Amino acid sequence: MTVVIDRTKPPEPPSGAAGPVSAAERVRQKGSGGGLYKARVPIYPKLVHGRWRAIKWAVLIATLAVYYVTPWIRWHRPEGLPQQAVLVDFTGRRFYFFFLQLWPQEVYFITGLLVMAALALFLTTALFGRLWCGYACPQTVWTDLYIYVERLFEGDRNARMRLDAEPLSFNKAWRKLGKHAVWLGIAFGTGGAWIFYFHDAPALIRSFWVGQAPLTAYISCGVLTATTYLLAGHMREQVCIYMCPWPRIQGAMLDNHSLQVTYRYDRGEPRGPHKKGQGWEGRGDCIDCRACVVACPMGIDIRDGSQLECINCGLCIDACNEIMDRVGRPRDLIFFDTDAAVAARAAKQPAVYRLVRSRTVYYGAALALVSGLMLWGLANRTVLESHALRDRNPLFVRLHDGSIRNGYTLKIVNKSFYPKAVEVRFEGVPNARLKTPGAAASADGVLRFTVDANQDQSFRVFVIAPPGVAAGNTEAEFEIRSGPDKAEAKTTFITGEGGR
Amino acid sequence: MSERRVDEHSGVETTGHEWDGIRELDNPLPRWWLWVMWATVAFSVAYWILMPAWPGLHGYTHGLMHNSARANVARQMGELQAMRGAQAVKLKNASLEQIEKDPDLQSYALALGGSIFGDNCATCHGAGGTGGKGYPNLRDDVWLWGGSLEQIQHTITYGVRTGEPGAATTQMPAFGRDQMLNDGQINDLTEYVVALSHRPASKPAVERAAPLYRDQCAACHGPAGTGDQTRGVPNLTDSDWLYGSSRQDIHDQIWNGRGGVMPTWGRRFDPETIKALTVYIHANAGGQ
Repeated sequence: MTVVIDRTKPPEPPSGAAGPVSAAERVRQKGSGGGLYKARVPIYPKLVHGRWRAIKWAVLIATLAVYYVTPWIRWHRPEGLPQQAVLVDFTGRRFYFFFLQLWPQEVYFITGLLVMAALALFLTTALFGRLWCGYACPQTVWTDLYIYVERLFEGDRNARMRLDAEPLSFNKAWRKLGKHAVWLGIAFGTGGAWIFYFHDAPALIRSFWVGQAPLTAYISCGVLTATTYLLAGHMREQVCIYMCPWPRIQGAMLDNHSLQVTYRYDRGEPRGPHKKGQGWEGRGDCIDCRACVVACPMGIDIRDGSQLECINCGLCIDACNEIMDRVGRPRDLIFFDTDAAVAARAAKQPAVYRLVRSRTVYYGAALALVSGLMLWGLANRTVLESHALRDRNPLFVRLHDGSIRNGYTLKIVNKSFYPKAVEVRFEGVPNARLKTPGAAASADGVLRFTVDANQDQSFRVFVIAPPGVAAGNTEAEFEIRSGPDKAEAKTTFITGEGGR
Repeated sequence: MSERRVDEHSGVETTGHEWDGIRELDNPLPRWWLWVMWATVAFSVAYWILMPAWPGLHGYTHGLMHNSARANVARQMGELQAMRGAQAVKLKNASLEQIEKDPDLQSYALALGGSIFGDNCATCHGAGGTGGKGYPNLRDDVWLWGGSLEQIQHTITYGVRTGEPGAATTQMPAFGRDQMLNDGQINDLTEYVVALSHRPASKPAVERAAPLYRDQCAACHGPAGTGDQTRGVPNLTDSDWLYGSSRQDIHDQIWNGRGGVMPTWGRRFDPETIKALTVYIHANAGGQ
């Protein structure tokens, strides 16, 4: 017996539904109309003016400027090293960041930075909602830029809707073509700027146009051009709603005391159209003009309450304020507010704002801890590092006079930009002599090498213990010194049955 | 079986195939699936034209791009040689001492020498170069034919007992096998050699063997038994024994007079490779 579930019709409304209907239920009723898949409903966000729009423009310009300008900043380093301030040098296996230069084995600094970024995101989300999504996320920034371009070619909301409804004409064709051409140009610029982070920018921009750049540069540029064009031009809010995991995760950071863009229903309800000259008694301030809905780049109604799609950009605040000014009611019917405060006011109780809550304290403490660890690590970073690889075959060699020789490959890392003269000592075996190929055994127990700038170099080092050395394995270490810099490499000295 | 039926829920015709009451809907292929299939067909046709594809009786179709995996390998090997060229030229022009003193050249020689050693020398001398019974240890400071850079280079180039002009050659007589000495005399000589290496030995036997040693052995091994590196004659007074240190081992060696053979590597390797090998062996032996 098969039970067929019919998904082609909307679910039946709950029987006997009377009285207030929850925000979630209203959304469900307005919803997709059934079916497993929902076709995209085009969104035509209307341009608004106001404080939050201005902040959004400022952040857009600042973030794009950082993205495009950073690879072109030069930074003086000694001859033969990259002169680019920020450079991820995969072939040279170095990451250059202004005064800092990281080696692959120091990837924990990058990990720490990512952990800090995540914790900072958690903290701001718990305090102020999805500020990242609304203002700084690349998806938001580029979508905003693309909508700006769209508006230049096709006009504001109503003009765009008209144009899309029109049959194809010369007017429609050139506007659409122009828009897509500029979009592709921006997308190409985005992909083009990306690759400069990985190669010397002035050299790459020349080799790029004459087909001499590495294949990876063309592939990366192509991939980013395609993703930028598709994500910011065509998919837009669908990226946030369906692709991005963050809207799902942020639910765990938000609570009743998080500041988010909120419709203050205590003030707004009951809503309804308002004619000029009518009084405001017995009704809310919301005149149901839908200005907040048409301004929303996510296509939602903020009056339905906090919802997954909302990116907290605050454009509805600006839209509503224009209307409130016009009808002569106080501003900020929609504003950054907390669920708890609005609920308290609705119940005629004083609103309480609690920025210090256990979760914000935890996030803040974790952020402080990781930042402190990172600072400590950076402050105590040494430019000298060393590892000793002892020979495995033979483990030791007995010389004809009964002394025992152990062979090591000593790797010395010089992270500075200048060659370093290092002194190598061996601690743990009394009266041991050190020897390296091409030189006589050192008389004072010290070997001297020069390690090239910004390199790790391997040296063959032999340690010879005098006849009569004790049998067995001895813990020992190489000590490498260069002026104030110091490094140790722990190892073992093996004598087998001992010297004879 | 092929009765035409329309599914009542979806309104789609079924294929008529039925399993336990479940009927298969006869939906058309998804359009994207169809296009992917045609794309793969087009790809395979283009591939046949461009790349080697069809075998024939005499060879195969080469394709317009004339791609050949074998030629690619040959080209890459050529590039490798060209890449090595710079370092190989440096290796050719530098003396052995210069190679050992220049850190860059030294590490190149150690890497090249290490791989050549592993492929060619380790069979006898061991992967670690410590040798074994009959095969000299190349890691310690005891050398039959000399442990300086030039001596090692000469030994590798010409080999040992190969008959090659210039090859190190020395031959200990097989005193027992060739009946130059009888068993009793060889037993006495064994005691004498044991005494030479500072170990307790039978005094009467040593006294009996003294004139024998003087007549038969001292010419090469020296009156005190210290050997002669210029002729590859081993030192009998130290604790290092190529063919073993026990009385039985020493007796067998006097009886048979064994002498190992090492190939003439100069016939197989170019001089640069031998230089690298020399530096590798010299450096890892501690360098004399």
